[in-house]
Formats: sequence, structure tokens, C-alpha cells
Amino acid sequence: MHALYDLAVGPLAWLAFGVFIIGSVYRLLAMRALALRKDGAFVAYVSWPHAFKSLAHWFTPFGALGWRENPGVTIATFIFHICLFLVPLFLMGHIVLFDTFRGWSWPALPDGAADVLAIVVVVICAYFLWRRLSVPEVRFVTSAQDVLVVSLVGLTFLTGVLAYHRIGDNLVLTTLHILSGEAMLVAIPFTRLSHMLFGVFSRGYIASEFGSVRHAKDW
Amino acid sequence: MSTIADRLIEDEGLRRGVSRLTPEKIEKVFKELIAGECGARLKTYVESCVRCGMCAKACHYYMSHKDPSYTPVAKVSQTMWRLLAAGGRVEPQVIYECAQVAYTECNLCRRCIHYCPLGIDTGYIISVVRRLCHKLGVTPQYIQDTAHSHSAVLNQMWVKDDEWPDTLQWQEEEAREEFPGLRIPLDVEGADFMYSVIAPEPKFRTQLIYQAAAIFNAAGLNWTMPATPGWDNSNMAMFTGDSEIMSRVERAHYETAQRLRVKRIVMGECGHAFRAVYDVANRWLGWKWHPVPVVHSVEFFWELIQQGRIKITHKYADPVTIHDPCNIIRGRGLMDKLREVTHFLCENVVEMSPNREHNYCCCAGGGVINCGPPFKNVRIVGNSIKAEQLRATGVHTLVAPCHNCHGGLEDIISKFGLGMHTKFLGDLIYELMEKPEAE
Ligand code: HEM
Ligand code: HEM
Ligand code: SF4
Ligand code: SF4
Repeated sequence: MHALYDLAVGPLAWLAFGVFIIGSVYRLLAMRALALRKDGAFVAYVSWPHAFKSLAHWFTPFGALGWRENPGVTIATFIFHICLFLVPLFLMGHIVLFDTFRGWSWPALPDGAADVLAIVVVVICAYFLWRRLSVPEVRFVTSAQDVLVVSLVGLTFLTGVLAYHRIGDNLVLTTLHILSGEAMLVAIPFTRLSHMLFGVFSRGYIASEFGSVRHAKDW
Repeated sequence: MSTIADRLIEDEGLRRGVSRLTPEKIEKVFKELIAGECGARLKTYVESCVRCGMCAKACHYYMSHKDPSYTPVAKVSQTMWRLLAAGGRVEPQVIYECAQVAYTECNLCRRCIHYCPLGIDTGYIISVVRRLCHKLGVTPQYIQDTAHSHSAVLNQMWVKDDEWPDTLQWQEEEAREEFPGLRIPLDVEGADFMYSVIAPEPKFRTQLIYQAAAIFNAAGLNWTMPATPGWDNSNMAMFTGDSEIMSRVERAHYETAQRLRVKRIVMGECGHAFRAVYDVANRWLGWKWHPVPVVHSVEFFWELIQQGRIKITHKYADPVTIHDPCNIIRGRGLMDKLREVTHFLCENVVEMSPNREHNYCCCAGGGVINCGPPFKNVRIVGNSIKAEQLRATGVHTLVAPCHNCHGGLEDIISKFGLGMHTKFLGDLIYELMEKPEAE
């Protein structure tokens, strides 16, 4: 187990970050090249001012029609995504690791706050899973991959929380936590989680069409 | 859960089309289409859709049927995702199902873009499915007939070359009884604008040409209509997925305007035609903007009112409500001008809710009404949400500056017994305007 832990925290961590970063950059560049090659009659209308204006609405809770009409999902998804970035980036446990291995350090969230936010993420993942299985219009379009990606995020946070609280075998859970966190990073460029990479561009593009050609808002 | 397979409707065009297919043939055409015409948009949309279902409430079909197989994302899952997952190698029956979803259960109204946080354009994905069905020869019979007509005579309704000027002259004659000096100027080179209409106007709604001529005459405008093909601005080929015919029609329309050396094209009160001319066909032809500027009637009437060229004797007294046609609102942002014109003409305007860019579609657009009687019930029952929206206004007059909307709304009004009647802006202006004295 110790060997696996060492592997996970050492070489695999490098690998995961490498695949995540290089994979993401590759996917973005490849998609850009494809757009320029095949979607010329649409790329031509891209207008950043319109894109930013629309994105500002869509990054505001209840700032767009779709958010207002789906209040439950809106609250859940905003909290979920904010914590998704906030907790791992500003977690004392993580910063300590960077400090130990690379000598990098930055301010951390108070442990208690991070803990609560992490638990919130686990709860929201459970809510997302529940929606997938029981809300008819969501279930109709759910495939195994959708269940998998939410579970992966949920598992990473859950094992992190359990490890922090020393519930269960700490070494096993920490190792499991690190492995699932790494799997999640690797999954971002190659699964539905790639919405993190492409989401702002797909919205920005359609906002440009609405703004510069159709003179109508898209939020 | 029910799916499209549980509600198939017999259509001769679809049935004949699929009878000629094999899985190998479908696979070949599908692969060529994806490799040849699709790029980053389709790929991103399909991959990054998080299947959250937020778009469900956008779609009037879903809001009316409350059946999960009618949500925007469900339409994509039952068509494009299914085809992609199989690499295009599917049984012909699957193409029947895809065609029925794509042609008769989506109006390409773009309302769902206001709901999807990722900005996924379901209408575009559905257009790609239509393009595939067209290439496979699987199109509903009625709409295919209109596309054939575009191909043969460059208009939607099989209007023959000589019937067109005849009809205009007939309308001119009729109108001269009311306005003796009135002309419908044919083929006048260098006029300020060319007025173009959709083929159903000379075919069944000649009154609209009469009214337009009366309004332009009263306003003292320097205008013309072409005497040759190229006069029809409608474009059903755009909706069948026949981009080649679509662009021939549009090229003829623009080239006619160029031949007449007019300053711009003014288009009648039609939404889909505007979409074709303003937003879609120009791109297929490789023109980023328009070789001749185009304006929709709503904007044109607004200008005339601003310039004081339209004078009315009184305002329309009964309360009216406004239907915002997708193709000129989400398609061109004319919501404010439409309101200014309506308020200029009417005493009392009651807004429906939601309105402007968020308005529900009439469920006739996107070629759906043109798929004809077999699918009529689906689109009417599929828009009970619109009926509720209309009923809640409590008014009896509905202003809708779009031909398709008129068709769809009238069907809904009669089905749900709403006791309303629909009006074009042209109807109202003609009714209310100061008519020049007969000399
Ligand atoms: C890349 C490899 C990762 C490593 C090496 C790692 C390591 C750790 C460690 C050592 C802890 C502390 C456990 C303890 O206190 O005993 C921890 C906690 C945690 N980690 Fe990670 N982690 C990784 C990735 C992630 C990712 C990607 C996420 C989420 C996106 C994440 C979320 C958490 C959470 C939520 C906690 C618990 C916080 C709490 O309840 O206080 N970790 N992680
Ligand atoms: C800038 C980055 C991101 C943006 C703008 C974004 C946006 C969104 C939006 C709008 C949704 C749909 C609403 C919902 O169902 O909750 C969504 C869903 C989701 N996102 Fe993200 N996201 C981002 C990054 C991420 C990352 C990094 C992850 C995980 C590693 C992630 C995981 C998920 C999951 C699992 C869902 C699906 C929830 C469900 O099952 O319904 N997102 N995201
Ligand atoms: S009909 Fe309109 S709202 Fe419904 S899926 Fe098609 S484009 Fe979207
Ligand atoms: S709202 Fe957008 S991301 Fe969500 S299911 Fe609909 S199309 Fe997919």
C-alpha cells in the first residue's frame, strides 16, 4: 500500500498533471484548427465584445433565462463549480504537498471551511446523481459516461473528506483519493468534462452570432 | 419511456425514401457528410453537452406534451448521437425516425439557446440531421414538393413565369379603383428598393400585395417589383436540407436586385424568408454580408413612420397583443421596432409573457407547417403552451408579422377556441392609414 501511495503521490501525479495540461492544450488547439478549416462561414462572425457580454450574464447566477427557469440546478451548479475550483486549489492538505515536493506555497482556506465546502460538493454530486436517475428528462439522455463523471468527482471529494476525518483506513483512503483525483484530471480533456475547455467558446461563438448578426441577446 | 419510435406517422415521402436505403448506403452518406460539411461546431456540441436537461423547458413541444422525448437534447439524442454512436451504420427505419424528429418536431426556433449554459445550438444539429435525410432522399412529401417547385420555377408554389406579372397587374387594376394613380412598378431600374414577397402571396394572399402597393403609393415611394423569376424570397429548400437549391434561389433573388440596380431589398412580412436571405443562404454562397442590403417590413414600416410617411386617421381601438416571430426577433432583433410600430398603430397593446427574445415559437416555422396534413395535429397539440400564453392576454387581436406564424397561430386559435384573429402590420396600416383622395 505504501508503494502504491508513493507511486500515486509521485510519478502518477506528474503524469496526471501532464496529461491534463498537455491534453487540454492539444484539444483546444486541435479544435481551433478544425474550426478554422471547416467552420469558416461561422468563425467569421466571432465578436469578442458580444461574447464577453453574454458570458458575464451566464456566469451570474440567475443572470440568464435558462438559470431562472431551473433554479434548483442553478444554485447547485454554481456552488458545485465554485467549490470544485476553490477547495482543491486552496486546501491546506494540498498546499502542504506542493510545499514539501516543490517548495511552493500560497495562502490556504481555514481547514474547517474547506471541510464544509468539500462535504457540500459531495452532497451536490449525490443530488446530480439522483437527478440523473429520477428526473425523466434527464434520465432520458443519461448514458454511462454521465454517471461515471459525476461519480468520479463525488468519489474524489468523498475520499478526501474521509481521509481528512481519519475515517476508515487512512492510507487506503488517501491513496484512493489521490488516484481518483488524478483520474478526474486525466478525464477532463477526453470526456464530457471537456465542457470546462470548450464551454466558454461554444457560448462565446453563439453570443457572437446573436450579437453581431442577429442583434438579439442570447441570455 | 416513449420515444419517437412510438409515434411514427405515415408519410409517403419518408416511406418511399427509406425503402431505397440500406445500412451500407446510409453509412457512406453519413460519413461523407460528417467529414465533408461538419466541423468544430458539431463536435463541440456533441461532446460537451453535459446532459443536464436544462433545455427541456425551452421547447414548446416539451412544455405542451410534457414527454421527455420532446426536449431539445432528447431530439439530438434520438437522432445525431444515435447516428454518431453507430458510425452511421443504421437500419433504414432509424432514418425514418430521424427524419420525423428533424422535420416535424423541431422548428429551429433557437429558443433553447437561451436555456443551455453551454450555448449549444440544437437547431443547427437538427439542420445537419435534415441535411443527411435530404441527401438520403428521405423528406416529407409536402415540403419536398415545395423544394421541387423552387428548383423548377424558382418559387415555392409552382407560379409560372407569366402568372406572376399577370397577378401583379391584376392587383394593380383592382387597387386603381380605390387609388386611381397607383402603380405596381415592374422592373424599374434604379428604384429605391425592390419589394419581394413569398410565393403564397400571389397564389392565395393577393390582398397583401394590394395592401403593400397601397401603403407604398400613399407614402410616395420609388419602388419596384421584378417581372422575372427571383421575385420569391421564400426558401423551403433551406428547410429540407437542400443547400444547393437553397443557394440557387437566393442567388437569383440577389441577382435580380442587382440587375435592377436598386439600393436595397425590402422583404414582406415573412420570417423564414428573412432567415434564408439574411442569415443562411448568403453564407452558403460565400458572402459574409449581403451584396444588396436587405430589410424586413417591420423595420421598413418603422422607418416610414419615423419619417412621417405613414399617417393614420385613427388608432386601432381594440386591445392587441404581439407575437414575436423567431426569425426576425431571435433572428434579427426587431422586437423594439415591432413594438414601436404596433404602439403607433394601436391604442392598447397587451404584452404576452414570455415575449421578445424569449417568446415561444408558433410551432409552424422551420418548415414544420410545410410538412403538411400528416403532421398537422402534432404541431397544434404540440403547442398548447402557446395557446395558454395567448389566452392569458385576454385580447382578441394578435399582431404577427410573419406568414408562418399566421398559419400556425390560426390553427392553434381554432383548435383551442381562443376567439382571436391574427393581423399583419400591413393589414393594420392599410386599415388605418390616410388614404389619398381619389382625383
Ligand atoms: C492530484 C493529486 C491529489 C493529491 C496528491 C491529493 C492529496 C490530498 C491530501 C494529502 C489530502 C488530505 C487528506 C488528509 O488530510 O488526510 C487531500 C484532501 C482533499 N482533497 Fe486532494 N489530492 C489530489 C487531488 C484532488 C483533487 C483533484 C480534488 C478535487 C477536485 C481533491 C479534493 C480534496 C478534498 C475535497 C480533500 C478533503 C478536504 C477536507 O475535507 O478537508 N484532491 N487531498
Ligand atoms: C470553467 C469551467 C466550467 C464551467 C463553466 C462549467 C459549467 C458547467 C455547466 C453550465 C454545467 C451544467 C449544469 C449542471 O448540470 O450542473 C456543468 C455540469 C457539470 N460540470 Fe462543469 N463546468 C466547468 C468545469 C468543470 C470541471 C473542472 C468539472 C469536473 C472536473 C466539472 C464537472 C461537471 C459535472 C460533473 C457536471 C454535470 C452535473 C450533472 O450531472 O448534471 N465542470 N458544468
Ligand atoms: S423547436 Fe425550438 S426550442 Fe425546441 S428544440 Fe427546436 S430549436 Fe430548440
Ligand atoms: S441544456 Fe445544453 S448541455 Fe444541458 S442537456 Fe440541453 S443541450 Fe445539453
